[in-house]
Amino acid sequence: MEKIIEKLNLKEFWKDLKKFRFTKANVRTIAVYSFLLLFAIFVFIPFYWMILTSLKTLEEIETALQPSLWVKFKDMAFYNYYSALQAAPYIRYMANTVLIAFISTVGTIVTTISAAFAFARLNFKGRDTLFLALIATMMIPGEMFVITNYLTVTGLGWASPFTQTFPEAIMALSFPFMTSVFYIFFLRQTFKTIPDELYLAAKVDGTSDFKYLRRIMVPIASPTIITIIILNAMGTWSAYIWPNLVTSKEEYRLVTNGLRNAYTQNQGIAYNEAMAAAMIVTFPLLIVFLLLKKYIMRGVSRAGTKG
Amino acid sequence: MLEKQSNVKAWLYLLPALALLSVFTFYPLFNAFLLAFLKDYVYGSATGFVFMDNFKNVIADPNFNQAVKNTSIIVFVSVPISVTVALMISVLLNSIKKFQGLLQTIFFLPYVTNAIAIGMAFAFIFNESYGLLNLMLSWVNIDPVDWLGSWETGMVSLLIYTVWGGLAFKIMVFLSGLQSIDKQYYDAARVDATPKFRVFTRITVPLLSPMIAYITVTSFIGSFKAYRTIVGLFGPTVLPAGTLPDESFITIVGLIYESLSKSDTPGMVSEAAAASILLFITTLAFTIVNMWVSKKRVHF
Repeated sequence: MEKIIEKLNLKEFWKDLKKFRFTKANVRTIAVYSFLLLFAIFVFIPFYWMILTSLKTLEEIETALQPSLWVKFKDMAFYNYYSALQAAPYIRYMANTVLIAFISTVGTIVTTISAAFAFARLNFKGRDTLFLALIATMMIPGEMFVITNYLTVTGLGWASPFTQTFPEAIMALSFPFMTSVFYIFFLRQTFKTIPDELYLAAKVDGTSDFKYLRRIMVPIASPTIITIIILNAMGTWSAYIWPNLVTSKEEYRLVTNGLRNAYTQNQGIAYNEAMAAAMIVTFPLLIVFLLLKKYIMRGVSRAGTKG
Repeated sequence: MLEKQSNVKAWLYLLPALALLSVFTFYPLFNAFLLAFLKDYVYGSATGFVFMDNFKNVIADPNFNQAVKNTSIIVFVSVPISVTVALMISVLLNSIKKFQGLLQTIFFLPYVTNAIAIGMAFAFIFNESYGLLNLMLSWVNIDPVDWLGSWETGMVSLLIYTVWGGLAFKIMVFLSGLQSIDKQYYDAARVDATPKFRVFTRITVPLLSPMIAYITVTSFIGSFKAYRTIVGLFGPTVLPAGTLPDESFITIVGLIYESLSKSDTPGMVSEAAAASILLFITTLAFTIVNMWVSKKRVHF
């Protein structure tokens, strides 16, 4: 918060405001800021409406002639969050989600680091062909894989409608997401920037490949690895389609399914409670984003320059 | 001799990733093509092969036309709008100093959010009696509209949400592109007193063209797969409240999952596979056309 205030630099802004004259450049500046502010409001509105509604009482929502744009602190109905947590087992859903995110992220890290190492550092027959084949799969819509993966998982008995056990649900939810072509590609690009001299020097000293990977490459690439961990965990948190397909018991669902299923009937929704539930799902993502923006941005700018 | 080929070792490092990819990526890819040509496939067995029947069934599906219509509107309306708006925001955001950090953070926020949760918030913004949109319209004396109650207004709502959801990633990519443009070009333009709009069309757009091409391709592919935003806004039935099925917001991906959910009926999995192949061919064609256009237009 202090940082934001510091960035705003209000004192200086006020000084500038006093000196203001209507020149052509100033009018342009006003137009630019108005445009940006308008769209910033557009972007922020859904968050604001979600928070605002989650703090209103149902009575206020349904009896007010027009929805109010503000709730006074003393009128805030924090109780909605409690009723949202009572309405569906969100704590259980969150625990499931965290567990699945942990398993699939550990899996992804292990498989992508070792594969990216092979592609970036080792010489082997067919390396470039194999790498191209992997890259090519990124062009294919994921739905094509989902169909067979669903058959595979049900065929293995991990998603049986009535007899599914918790370990089966965990395997069904995490196994297909324990590796990723995009992350292999992303990590390989980072590994490639590490100078060959380091590797050759390590070889001269008799360091094994595995030790070199563990002691040199992984620490150097750690920002990229952190990015992968964050993106992967956030992906699990927002996953909807696959968990919906392969979980057959209410208590094995992940947060996003829980949220959608708890507030589906169109009639008689307690909107404030629904928005409180939506906030419970959204809030952790916003916190992670604001704290770890730097790492998330790395992934994006990398995606942007791969073309 | 230090860099000798080490085949066995390399394949050992690749093994965990390749094993998983074989089961969950490569095999499903081939299997999708196999399934699409099987007759009455159910529970792992089929009665033979067919040539085009599964594809014909997809096209004959009562929802197919609706799905193509919805998907096309989402693709051809939301992508141009969101790319243009994102480009304008990025260029302007890059040109200012004060509040840049704060505004940037706000514009990036939608990138991480959950399509279902935000879809529910949007559904409440578009709510007829309690929604924000109708409140704002009442300020300019427009009567309340039941935004999610019919296909036409529902589509407007969906497009607004889709554009909203697409802005953040595009702005992020454009901004990182803008920040990597060499300042010399702008200094030269300033020396020549080039008008701002000309600087934009002659320097910024050409130098940003690889990012614009990349964003256009990925947004087209992404919006061809529209589904989660719709589930967020309208619920799993993808129907506007109290309307007929022919007014549904089903998309191609929605059709695939609907067929897949009936996997215990003979032939439905094959229909899902056939629909996914149609989707793949469409996105591939778009990617190729885009790349072909880019090759002529993009300045590298």
